[in-house]
Amino acid sequence: MSINLPPISDVPAAETAVMPGEGPGGGLWRGAWRRLRRNPTAIMGAAIIAFFVLVAVFAPLLAPYEPGSAQWSGDVTPTTVPGPDDDHLLGLDRFGSDLYTQLLFGARQSLVYGVVSTAIGLSVGALLGVLAGGLGGWVDTAVMRAVDIMLSVPSLLLAVSIAAVLGQNAYSIMIAIGAAQVPIFARLLRGSMLAQGRTDYVLAANALGIRRRRIVMGHMLPNAIGPTIVQATLNLATAIIEVAALSFLGLGSSDPAVAEWGRMLVAAQDRFEAAPRLALLPGTAIAVTALGFTLFGEALREALDPRNRR
Amino acid sequence: MNAGRRDNDQPLLSVRNLAVTFQLRGQHAAKAVDDVSFDIRAGQHVGLVGESGSGKSVTSLAIMGLLPRRGVRVSGEVMFDGTNLLSKSRGEMSALRGRDISMVFQDPMTSLNPVIPIGIQVAEIIQRHFNASKSAALERTEELLARVGIPDPRRRLGEYPHQLSGGMRQRVLIAMALACEPRLLIADEPTTALDVTIQAQVLEVLKKLVADTDAALLMITHDLGIVAGLCDTVNVMYAGRVVESATRERLFAQPQHPYTGGLLESIPKLDSPRGAPLRPIPGSPTQVLPWSEGCAFAPRCGNRTEECTARTPDLDPAGDRHLRCFNPLSRTAAEARR
Repeated sequence: MSINLPPISDVPAAETAVMPGEGPGGGLWRGAWRRLRRNPTAIMGAAIIAFFVLVAVFAPLLAPYEPGSAQWSGDVTPTTVPGPDDDHLLGLDRFGSDLYTQLLFGARQSLVYGVVSTAIGLSVGALLGVLAGGLGGWVDTAVMRAVDIMLSVPSLLLAVSIAAVLGQNAYSIMIAIGAAQVPIFARLLRGSMLAQGRTDYVLAANALGIRRRRIVMGHMLPNAIGPTIVQATLNLATAIIEVAALSFLGLGSSDPAVAEWGRMLVAAQDRFEAAPRLALLPGTAIAVTALGFTLFGEALREALDPRNRR
Repeated sequence: MNAGRRDNDQPLLSVRNLAVTFQLRGQHAAKAVDDVSFDIRAGQHVGLVGESGSGKSVTSLAIMGLLPRRGVRVSGEVMFDGTNLLSKSRGEMSALRGRDISMVFQDPMTSLNPVIPIGIQVAEIIQRHFNASKSAALERTEELLARVGIPDPRRRLGEYPHQLSGGMRQRVLIAMALACEPRLLIADEPTTALDVTIQAQVLEVLKKLVADTDAALLMITHDLGIVAGLCDTVNVMYAGRVVESATRERLFAQPQHPYTGGLLESIPKLDSPRGAPLRPIPGSPTQVLPWSEGCAFAPRCGNRTEECTARTPDLDPAGDRHLRCFNPLSRTAAEARR
């Protein structure tokens, strides 16, 4: 770097005013974070998520008994399931395990399933979306036709088929549900990448010789990723429900000792009249977790929207 | 940097018979630029003047190779330093852009990436073309920002575009375009989006830096005031073609094409009597380029004769300039005097 420039002389100085209401720093994410903290919806969603995460992490400490032990199976009869009493806060489940313990440990499974499957869907979908929207041309056509084919199969049916092929274990469930999410992320990110490709700053970067790879990854992606991140938080809720749906259809994990909200719902169906709480409690847990992620996702979408800047 | 510069006889940029046609599937072809030719010598400042839709921006994008490939046909020749830019590959053009030919765009509010600090946006151009380390590039960026008149440049390096005013952002864009000391700078209406007071400052910065770096300048504008203050020669475009091409002095002293004359007439002057009406050019430009049937300006022209609608005029040498007109203003002026 030895480019000699003549000394600066009478170049007029720019007006020094900084835009009002702007502190130092503050990019897209910092601004989004600031708006997020002020948004009551975001706080509520985050509180719900935090609650379930804490429950999942500290389940062994919070739970009064071992999970899936079925040690009181003798108390369960074909027509009755013992309800809440002094020993069992929420009573027993139909296999004779403590329902409260099962619910606490169920948070672990459901959250991990939701987060991992969404992460799979997000990373594969985002990769396809970046390729299609960033490179365009025949890559775009090829990727999007493949995604269209995936999209033409209902997502749950797709997940069921994949789970059926891969076999009954935790990984295949996560892959199945993640794969079903791929088209959503791919389409969404491709759309916002294409929109970024038409912006003035991409034209300007091109006019200054910035490499294509750098323009796609460094300029377009950071501007396009926002809606996709938000979609991911919304999909987390859907993923948990889909895990439950797969369990309900009998494609969940085959080990009955593992507590998981979706399977607890399934197990409760033939005792619904005798003990509705067996279905209502895990159902409520799924619904509230989904609500937490949905609230947080909505708030994040609002915070990332450039029109809400300032 | 300028050691490789040729002697002054060969122009740095030579545009010959440039034509750009937009052809979308199932639609009629639309010619945006047709038969445009002009030269720019090293260090020379050339103006490309015309109203909205006259094809000046498309011309600049064609020179830069920035027009989309699909649905656009570019023909003619764009000779830069002895090679035809239109026959270069995408990668060759990318390596050339920013280093040898650079561009400043019209709208500073949208031409900077909102999520990248301005320091990085300038430095990455230097890194790209000079293989410099990030710290060296940032050091030079700081110097560049100071040169375009941005106060406290070290602190500004880490700031985002939305923290800068429009004038400051345009200064950053100028710094980006001149970061690698290109031999040709294309400025596409660089001050149109700015306040009038800021316009003058930014123009001053541009002028100074272009002079300091010895770059040739292609100034695209509809503002004849900018041309008068900046350009050595001027090309006036109408409906996709150059209609008059002359040195600044000759063009302003004695416009020959009725369109040029109309442009100059329609500028408000300080010494005209109070209350005197402005004299706009009647009519408006047609959407399709009508050069196939006579002169495109004929419907709006006061000098129109039958010949104007019967034949299409060529851009021919006429004394001290090039002119595309059968009945230039000088002839009518001479007849009026008689």
